[in-house]
Amino acid sequence: MRELMKGNEAIAEAAVRGGCRAFFGYPITPQNEIPEYMSWRMPEVGGCFVQAESEVSAINMVYGAAASGARVMTSSSSPGISLKQEGISYICGAELPCVIVNMVRGGPGLGGIQPAQSDYFQTVKGGGHGDYKMLVYGPATVQEAVDIMYDAFDKADKYRIPVMLLGDGMLGQIMEAVEIPKMKDSASFPKKEWATDGTGVGEKRRVINSLYIEPDVLEAINHKLFDVYSELEKHEVRFEEYLTDDAQTIIVAYGTVARIAKSAVNLLRAQGIKAGLLRPITLFPFPTLAIEKLAKKKNVKDFLATELSMGQMVEDVRLSVNGKKPVRFFGRTGGNVMLPEDIVNAVLEGK
Amino acid sequence: MSVVYKKSKMLTDTPFHYCPGCTHGVAHRIVAEVLEEIGAEGNVIGIAPVGCAVFAYNYFNCDIQQVAHGRAPAAATGAKRCNPDKIVFAYQGDGDLASIGTAEIVHAAARGENITVIFINNAIYGMTGGQMAPTTLLGQKSTTSQKGRSAIVNGNPIRVSEMLAVLDGPSYIERVSLGDVAGVIKAKKAVKKAFENQKAGKGFSMVEMLSTCPTNWGMLPLDACTFVKKEMTKVFPLGVFKDI
Repeated sequence: MRELMKGNEAIAEAAVRGGCRAFFGYPITPQNEIPEYMSWRMPEVGGCFVQAESEVSAINMVYGAAASGARVMTSSSSPGISLKQEGISYICGAELPCVIVNMVRGGPGLGGIQPAQSDYFQTVKGGGHGDYKMLVYGPATVQEAVDIMYDAFDKADKYRIPVMLLGDGMLGQIMEAVEIPKMKDSASFPKKEWATDGTGVGEKRRVINSLYIEPDVLEAINHKLFDVYSELEKHEVRFEEYLTDDAQTIIVAYGTVARIAKSAVNLLRAQGIKAGLLRPITLFPFPTLAIEKLAKKKNVKDFLATELSMGQMVEDVRLSVNGKKPVRFFGRTGGNVMLPEDIVNAVLEGK
Repeated sequence: MSVVYKKSKMLTDTPFHYCPGCTHGVAHRIVAEVLEEIGAEGNVIGIAPVGCAVFAYNYFNCDIQQVAHGRAPAAATGAKRCNPDKIVFAYQGDGDLASIGTAEIVHAAARGENITVIFINNAIYGMTGGQMAPTTLLGQKSTTSQKGRSAIVNGNPIRVSEMLAVLDGPSYIERVSLGDVAGVIKAKKAVKKAFENQKAGKGFSMVEMLSTCPTNWGMLPLDACTFVKKEMTKVFPLGVFKDI
């Protein structure tokens, strides 16, 4: 049954249905509905909720819970996610599964509380120290966010990595009709033999660690992590193409901006201009091959990346296009959101 | 030949890396013996800090997590909340607990998290080579207070046990000394009480252990023990600060 739900609350419930039984967070706009929801929902399903003293502490509570085998998540927004970067780096180093939601707001600094996509670099290039990646999704609708969140813990467990849902203020605050799938059976979750659940002793003792003093050992760990990231690139890339078959201009956009871009494509088509949309759903792994394929097509003349930033994802678009076709950029920032007509104009300016 | 004394089975066979005269080994042994005595084998999650005791994950015979600098009480919170039937302890030094991790320890204590914290106060950053710690005594020399710690330039030492004892959350806070045998015996009693409290669900317990660092203090081990007894206890008086 479809229900009208606010993005943040729908995402929280989808996490519960996906098996989340521990939540550690800290208030920050525009994601407060997630910890508020979890504060009553976690105890209801036998899970735990702690409002931590800081984002730093919250992510380290996630570390301790993930390391002991729990399905655990946290959520925040940009300045708070900056504070979590230390913990995220340790989580990646220690190969711990968890889920993190970032409802992005404008920056830098305290920035604003309105929607933005200016945390793209921080998220997909590694905001903390060291070589690591996360599995990053940029859902465009509340339903898509729900569906991604529902399976996010399975993905995290499968690859032993953090999964990040990169939304924006709009996705968190919008209300849409959604269908939330039924509660997953925890008996179906993979056993975590590696987890420090307290039962280990002697040869069965488990250690969760990210310290490797020997260079050769650490290098081997770095390669092991990147083998996992290669698997993600092989199996987890997700994207949507809209009217790209005969398109001359490919608009690349993710998240809620992609919905605006889709309207722009329709407006352009109505004017007889053959535009299409490529919408990355996973931001890491990025749909590089799909974009490269489009760039090689004769009918494709140029690309326009559009974001709520000064131009971040556009760099990955350029890497994917690799000089084959011109790539332009159009963005709004500060919490301002473009209209479909703005994207139409940005496309027309390139003609 | 009869065995009159042996290594606790809650310690692994890995030799300690600690310097001669350092009391981390004594503290480890106390914790291990207590865990064994309260029958916690196969029921323990340890949290190792950043600092000299980072390699604690090699030494305790239990599941153990190495965590970020100062964040042990947060990680312990996550582990304990998800595994309330397990004994969870954090083992932290003074840089870890009293400097970078002040927020984490204060709030874990304030929440009354049902965990046990072992706080090693040796008044110096050991692992990084003898820098000034939040607990370095006034006048004490370190590599970052080379003429001796000055209150005006470097600020004053922090008394963590006293500070936490004013909170409502903690059930038990005691400061002990590892400077002599009598102190070690008292320390073990304190650690046992701290773990038994956790078993009884009484909430947050912390034992602060005044410890030696002969290497970075530039002292012989025996002189270091004397320094603990004569100098450190003046600034960090021994005793029970909270017991409910």
